[in-house]
Amino acid sequence: MVHLTDAEKALVTGLWGKVNADAVGAEALGRLLVVYPWTQRFFEHFGDLSSASAVMNNPQVKAHGKKVIHSFADGLKHLDNLKGAFSSLSELHCDKLHVDPENFKLLGNMIIIVLSHDLGKDFTPSAQSAFHKVVAGVANALAHKYH
Amino acid sequence: MVLSAKDKTNISEAWGKIGGHAGEYGAEALERMFFVYPTTKTYFPHFDVSHGSAQVKGHGKKVADALTNAVGHLDDLPGALSALSDLHAHKLRVDPVNFKLLSHCLLVTLANHHPADFTPAVHASLDKFFASVSTVLTSKYR
Repeated sequence: MVHLTDAEKALVTGLWGKVNADAVGAEALGRLLVVYPWTQRFFEHFGDLSSASAVMNNPQVKAHGKKVIHSFADGLKHLDNLKGAFSSLSELHCDKLHVDPENFKLLGNMIIIVLSHDLGKDFTPSAQSAFHKVVAGVANALAHKYH
Repeated sequence: MVLSAKDKTNISEAWGKIGGHAGEYGAEALERMFFVYPTTKTYFPHFDVSHGSAQVKGHGKKVADALTNAVGHLDDLPGALSALSDLHAHKLRVDPVNFKLLSHCLLVTLANHHPADFTPAVHASLDKFFASVSTVLTSKYR
């Protein structure tokens, strides 16, 4: 469970409303694969990931980024029970996808960087702190069912 | 991890575009780090870490100047950062995890102020640069 004050919740909701979530998802996933190329290990079936521009323009990367960010956005509506909200996704990532939870932290940091890039001066230290709590909470929730 | 020729070009060009703002960005990165990761303040009990603090501004400039020096010596980071490496190992002893936190906040700051230049490829090169600097600064810890 994450502990956001009412002010932090308002900040997160307000700023999320200003971004194109699909674009944030695609950009964050793309940058994850470019900046930490070993994360490509989960996406060998995505086709051409051979260069930064190939990754960023890859339609499967964009589609998957959109899928991931929709789940994340759903999490924003369940900040009081992230573990419950992400329970089945946690089981999926452990039992079927075999993803090291460290990757959830890496992607969370990418989401923060993309938000900073897109929001500019609105992305104050307070905004970064509030979003950090959210991405950390989501990462923990996704790791919670691992065994 | 090795900085390729392309990485070095990306890093030099990106740092060049920052120009005279490096000190200001160093301070902003520190401010973000202290706020988002409060445990990092344990290394600065003697500091006023509130927004606009003169001490944070001064320290941000110090950090930025060291990074600017590193950018000028990408072919020999251990040499260029040797004295700082000794300082961090023997006197400051900042836990290695914290270098990742400051590096992340530096990237957040640069993305914030230079969105057009902060392409995925440049982002990757800068991430590698900060990781390389961090490795050198912790290399003499034990």
